[in-house]
Amino acid sequence: MSGASPGALAHARYVIGENPVTGFAFGLFVLILIAAILGPALVPYDPLASNTSRALQAPSAQHWFGTDQLGRDIFSRVVVATRLDLTIAVASVALVFVLGGLSGIAAGFFGGWVERIVMRIADTIMAFPLFVLAMGIVAALGNSVTNIVIATAIVNFPLYARVARAEANIRREAGFVEAARLSGNGDARIVLFQILPNVFPILVVQMSLTMGYAILNAAGLSFIGLGVRPPTPEWGIMVAEGAAFMVSGEWWIAFFPGVALMLAVFCFNLLGDGLRDIVDPRRRT
Amino acid sequence: MKPEPLLDVAELSKRYGLKPQGSPVARLFRRLKKGPEAAPRLHAVDDVSFAIGRGETVGLVGESGCGKSTLVRLVARLIDANDGSIRLAGQELTHHSARRFATRPERVKIQMVFQDAGESINPRFSAFDAIADPLKRLRGLKGEGLRAKVEDSATRCGLPLELLPRFSHQLSGGQRARVGIARAIAVEPELLILDEPTAALDVSVQVVILQLLETLKRDLGMSYLFVSHDLNVVRLLCDRVLVMYLGKIVETGPAETVFGEPRHPYTKALIAALPDANRPASERLRLSGEIASPVDPDPKTCRFAGRCPHAQSRCREAMPTLLPLAPGHAAACHFPLAGRFP
Repeated sequence: MSGASPGALAHARYVIGENPVTGFAFGLFVLILIAAILGPALVPYDPLASNTSRALQAPSAQHWFGTDQLGRDIFSRVVVATRLDLTIAVASVALVFVLGGLSGIAAGFFGGWVERIVMRIADTIMAFPLFVLAMGIVAALGNSVTNIVIATAIVNFPLYARVARAEANIRREAGFVEAARLSGNGDARIVLFQILPNVFPILVVQMSLTMGYAILNAAGLSFIGLGVRPPTPEWGIMVAEGAAFMVSGEWWIAFFPGVALMLAVFCFNLLGDGLRDIVDPRRRT
Repeated sequence: MKPEPLLDVAELSKRYGLKPQGSPVARLFRRLKKGPEAAPRLHAVDDVSFAIGRGETVGLVGESGCGKSTLVRLVARLIDANDGSIRLAGQELTHHSARRFATRPERVKIQMVFQDAGESINPRFSAFDAIADPLKRLRGLKGEGLRAKVEDSATRCGLPLELLPRFSHQLSGGQRARVGIARAIAVEPELLILDEPTAALDVSVQVVILQLLETLKRDLGMSYLFVSHDLNVVRLLCDRVLVMYLGKIVETGPAETVFGEPRHPYTKALIAALPDANRPASERLRLSGEIASPVDPDPKTCRFAGRCPHAQSRCREAMPTLLPLAPGHAAACHFPLAGRFP
């Protein structure tokens, strides 16, 4: 099968070279990854250490992004927050990718009652305003990172299930599925080894799009006081705390975490297009 | 006693349920007025029986929509029949549903080459993966043995080995057809079903592929069920012919006899539709009238009656059955055309 062939890396390099925007998104992604993995070791200040004598300082050479009302270094807090925000996004997207993708493919391939159950669940979730539903789930399950992940995965479920169902459905009668039956593949193998590899690239695109949304969702929940609690550095909380100071002119407290949030969402959206090019066999030469 | 045929199909039928006509309200009113009604059913294949001997090539011809593809998919056990039996070398195959049949040991004995080779190869599989799949699943091969067998099969089909790592979209139409054939013959089936294997190819490539099929049959001793629109190809390649019309077999016999002296008016019309520069225009036979609907056809009427130039009142009173007219030659017609040697 495709994927791990030795030419894959060269192909990835080719696609990035061909599309500079994808290259930029990948660069940004690597930066975010470094911040997430090494962040706490790199930052100049302890993100939790408050120093009221240096509170509310504007950006300077000493404090690149300034300090907040407790005198904490905002640059350090923004960098350290990357790991938490990324973890929530990756975990929830991975969870919904497996659950939504597989149940959607099963719905599209088998039809019948499998399809009815999966699609009615998706419809039920869609019937709620998604952010309100996420709020409700976190409020009901309790304020924890795990529950933010679960809530974000649940609100994204219909997107994955619907896309996967539609893509699997148009392939269930495809010639290669018939050929696979002739070759002695049972239903489970057909779903996993014939349909899934074809639906995968489409889900990957969906994945990077919802990744941005998942980060926003997590930040949004923290912003309204659900989910991650202060003083943990998290972009949503930082924007929420900084919002009060906007009026009095201390714009940097909310601005820099907001920019980080925006860049992360932007990066994942651009990444989606690039990833599609890499995993699409038709683009191989 | 006659030797047992390789494939023996008896009274095979496939009907598809259709959605009832009209809105739910209209249906409710109809129900109230006339009582419960059966949902309409499309008779794709209706009471079809035939046999294929070992090493024999049987052609299946008929116009688009007559049920050829449904029939071969039934025989290939890709879909389930409503009635009838399919016996391969004396073994009944219809005991297991099509879904179950995919993983049964008998699966290896019937393989199929699809009409659109490009569509029948998974776009994410290389040519090697495509040919290897049935060998892995049905013959349990892996590693070096698998590679050797895939390469052997590709070579037999004239597919250069350096093309094996390629994906289907990187191959030409003829090369894709070769991959499709190599995949089907790799497991050495006893019966190979060819569903218009050359329909999507250029004429020059068609000839090469047909020659390849002839060679493979000789080398591997398979039987062929060959579906085609191209009557000339069928005449050239096939030992016997089945002529199908609206889900029924209307004429069967040795290829030379059926094409030389057709006894069913439909067969005659099919042959007359072939372009032939030597035939005077006056001898052309054009069919007029609409094709009868395959949805709930009248069981007491010949399905061809609406278009038949020789139709009489009896054709609308009783369905003709396949009757032997000469050894091995049968036609389903009340008034078969005169043979050359009555």
